[in-house]
Amino acid sequence: MPVVTEERGGPAQPLLSIRGLTKTFSISGGMFGSGAAQLRAVDRIDFDVLKGETLGVVGESGCGKSTTARVLMQLIAKDDGEILFDGERVGSSALKLKEYRRQVQMVFQDSYSSLNPRLTIEASIAFGPQVHGVPRAQAVARARSLLARVGLEPGRFAERYPHELSGGQRQRVNIARALALEPRLIILDEAVSALDKSVEAQVLNLLLDLKEEFGLTYVFISHDLGVVRFVSDRVMVMYLGQVVEIGEADTLFERPLHPYTAALLSSMPSLDPDRRTEEAPLAGDPPSPIHPPPGCRFHTRCSFAEPICAEREPALYDGGPLQRAACLMLPPGSGHSRAPASMEPAHG
Amino acid sequence: MAVGAEVPALDATVPTTPVAGYWTSVWRRLRRDPVAIAAALVLIAIVLMAIFAPYVAPADPYRSSMLRRLRPMGTPGFPLGSDELGRDMLTRLIYGARLSLFMGVTPVVLAFGIGSAIGIFAGYLGGRINTLVMRTIDVFYAFPSVLLAVALSGALGAGLGNAMLSLTIVFIPPIARVAEAVTTQMRSRDFVEAARASGAGALTIIRVHILGNVLGPIFVYATSLISVSMILASGLSFLGLGTRPPDPEWGLMLNTLRTAIYVQPWVAALPGLMIFITSISFNMLSDGLRSAMDVKQ
Amino acid sequence: MFLTLVRRVVYTIPILFGVSLVCFALVHIAPGDPLSSVLPPDASVDLQRMLRTIYGFDRSYPEQFGLWLWRAVQGDLGTSIASGRPVTLEVMKAVANTLRLAVVATAIGFFFGSLFGFVAGYFRDSLVDKAASGLAVLGVSVPHYWLGMVLVIVFSSQLGWLPATGAGPGGSDEWAWDWEHFSHMLLPALTMSVIPMGIVARTVRALVADILSQDFVTGLRAKGLTEVGVFRHVVKNAAPTALAVMGLQLGYLLGGSILIETVFSWPGTGFLLNSAIFQRDLPLLQGTILVLALFFVVLNLAVDVLQSALDPRVQRS
Repeated sequence: MPVVTEERGGPAQPLLSIRGLTKTFSISGGMFGSGAAQLRAVDRIDFDVLKGETLGVVGESGCGKSTTARVLMQLIAKDDGEILFDGERVGSSALKLKEYRRQVQMVFQDSYSSLNPRLTIEASIAFGPQVHGVPRAQAVARARSLLARVGLEPGRFAERYPHELSGGQRQRVNIARALALEPRLIILDEAVSALDKSVEAQVLNLLLDLKEEFGLTYVFISHDLGVVRFVSDRVMVMYLGQVVEIGEADTLFERPLHPYTAALLSSMPSLDPDRRTEEAPLAGDPPSPIHPPPGCRFHTRCSFAEPICAEREPALYDGGPLQRAACLMLPPGSGHSRAPASMEPAHG
Repeated sequence: MAVGAEVPALDATVPTTPVAGYWTSVWRRLRRDPVAIAAALVLIAIVLMAIFAPYVAPADPYRSSMLRRLRPMGTPGFPLGSDELGRDMLTRLIYGARLSLFMGVTPVVLAFGIGSAIGIFAGYLGGRINTLVMRTIDVFYAFPSVLLAVALSGALGAGLGNAMLSLTIVFIPPIARVAEAVTTQMRSRDFVEAARASGAGALTIIRVHILGNVLGPIFVYATSLISVSMILASGLSFLGLGTRPPDPEWGLMLNTLRTAIYVQPWVAALPGLMIFITSISFNMLSDGLRSAMDVKQ
Repeated sequence: MFLTLVRRVVYTIPILFGVSLVCFALVHIAPGDPLSSVLPPDASVDLQRMLRTIYGFDRSYPEQFGLWLWRAVQGDLGTSIASGRPVTLEVMKAVANTLRLAVVATAIGFFFGSLFGFVAGYFRDSLVDKAASGLAVLGVSVPHYWLGMVLVIVFSSQLGWLPATGAGPGGSDEWAWDWEHFSHMLLPALTMSVIPMGIVARTVRALVADILSQDFVTGLRAKGLTEVGVFRHVVKNAAPTALAVMGLQLGYLLGGSILIETVFSWPGTGFLLNSAIFQRDLPLLQGTILVLALFFVVLNLAVDVLQSALDPRVQRS
């Protein structure tokens, strides 16, 4: 049953608009939490999620993608920045937190710990709607129909407990649970990473079908680049808490602008002889997120690094239609030898 | 393309018979533990004895006779002897079960309720509230329990009510600690995050998602405290800080019979034996319960 | 490392403050006139007022607390209403007696507890294990004041081997490490040792069983390590936690000795506490509770610090 979405801003308005989002953690020290060190898990990131798209988010462990997801869900409080949902600020009088939570849902990686072991499957799914005022009988009915929709026969599964199901089945339950609130945006945080490959394929296909049927928007977080390419319309690459590249999926994978993206892609195993690289993908270990390198954070591992990279912190520069990367090789006159020549101001 | 139609054999591994619930399996395992069973039977016997005391006991627990004081066991009319005021020991022991059990169990029950509430809320809310509450609890935890119980009882004055109040206060900190620890662990689980993400309020989440998962372990811990509580409660009466004479209570009886150990030693020791048997039965049962719950699914 | 130590110590200070506050509060929730035990019933109003001023009972509670705490930090715990002697002196003498008893009891309890626990853990699930564990459970479940009475019945009344009460011949409270005095200590110490024995046995059993079940022990055996070698390895790994438990038990016995000391009329802090309660001697009561609680807190802290120093894995923030 297709869901009527409450359009506010119209199709051109991004569904989610993030500006300057920052989240810092204090590393333990002192008895009352007065941290000795600060960890900038998410550092002033900007991006948009367009209506009806799937935005893939990739990066190494610790790059901040999971933290971003949790901040978007308001499960952790942000330290700075703005989150606009369909043009409205979250928490304002036009968009209360509870309403926001109805429209944005999340599917977690660990399918087992995402479900209350004491509740039956249908009770778990029906919980959300009941919180928002749906009467119990109706919520249960919705739960059952959603179970059918995700491929689990309600008669057999509704009254089971999580431990009786397999990983793939539980993930389907989690998806049904996310859908129960009729959301507009679903964040999938490594949702298929823990599944066997064959099961993963089934669940991915299910997700694509559901997206079309319910008019959903996805943010798809994963470290598996092949999967991300398969599902995403646009892809965002994160490194050490910052966005280093964002652009249309196929373009990004064919012609990455940022050296980090290129390195990530080249580390993907491939059977195609044209795609195999000669140069080593990435040098060294990722630097500590507590003391990130000055200037461009990637410069310590970048084969194109120059002195200017340690001095200037790059913003996201346009590198092509719909593609942007945070690298000083892009903007004209940045000081990097590979940047295009700066344009002379017109005389006269 | 309807995905539902093509669920392959891989995914169809659902057992056709319903798997037994958690508590049923705990009960089954408990049933197979001979020590726990024996302990349970002993406790049931003692509890029944306490409830039906007027029907089971041969005499009046308050009827004294200075002529018949401190008779040995086996004297006609006094199967277990008589105490320092000539009252029948068997009767006093049977009636004593009432007060001793009550004094031992009630504080733990009350502390379970109060301590769990404190611990669960502190554990769920986290942050500064948690720190404040738990540090306050830590101050009470800094007293050895016997000392705290005696000091509180001593301050409030002797009497059954005061003794139970001070014991309840003694048991609230350990229970609150366990409750907080378990709740904090539960709170970081994904399904609690998912519940928060669906917009539910704290009370709803605690009621639906936390309580069911948390009360079990707290309950088992609380049962392990009952044997300690019985010993402490009778100990308070032994010191003269609990029940008052002439009420029959095992600890108090030990107190009044203390000087009689030179005259009728084994009669004088009987009340303590009852405390011992009850306490060890509670301990064995609680241990058995813990092992039965320990097995992972 | 040093910083952690300092932090731990500093962290204890609010606890100590809280403890002294609770001590003070405990004693002052007592109903009734604190001076009733000293005042003759027909005392004049002036006499009452004078005594009240001397003892400071006429001031407000926060003032009394502050004053008491200030003096306590300097070692002055006030004067006992019942005996007229300084509280600090009385308490310290009693503490010495209780310490002697508690240390001996802990040592006995630790020795037998470790023995039983070790044997039980080594021969896990065997008959020996069941027997040893059974003894341990007994230790924890027995009302120790009753056990004391039973021991007195057996060894003192019936067999006449050991004295029943007191810490020295003729009821004196001067101590000497001779058989005379030791015979007085034997029964109470044995009685007291039952509690730590039970707890240490349980802990050691779990530790030993856990260490032995770890995979690398099998590896060690496969490499040809003798049983003696394995034994030494187990002891080395179990020792820190076992010693920590012992330390905590000592603290617990110090604070909780009142029941046994009452049975044996042992002139320690428990006995003092008892008389302070029944004579409603507030300064003495306050001082005794405070000292006992402080001992417990400091002992806990010491065990904490030692444990993290000895066992590198136990590095808590």
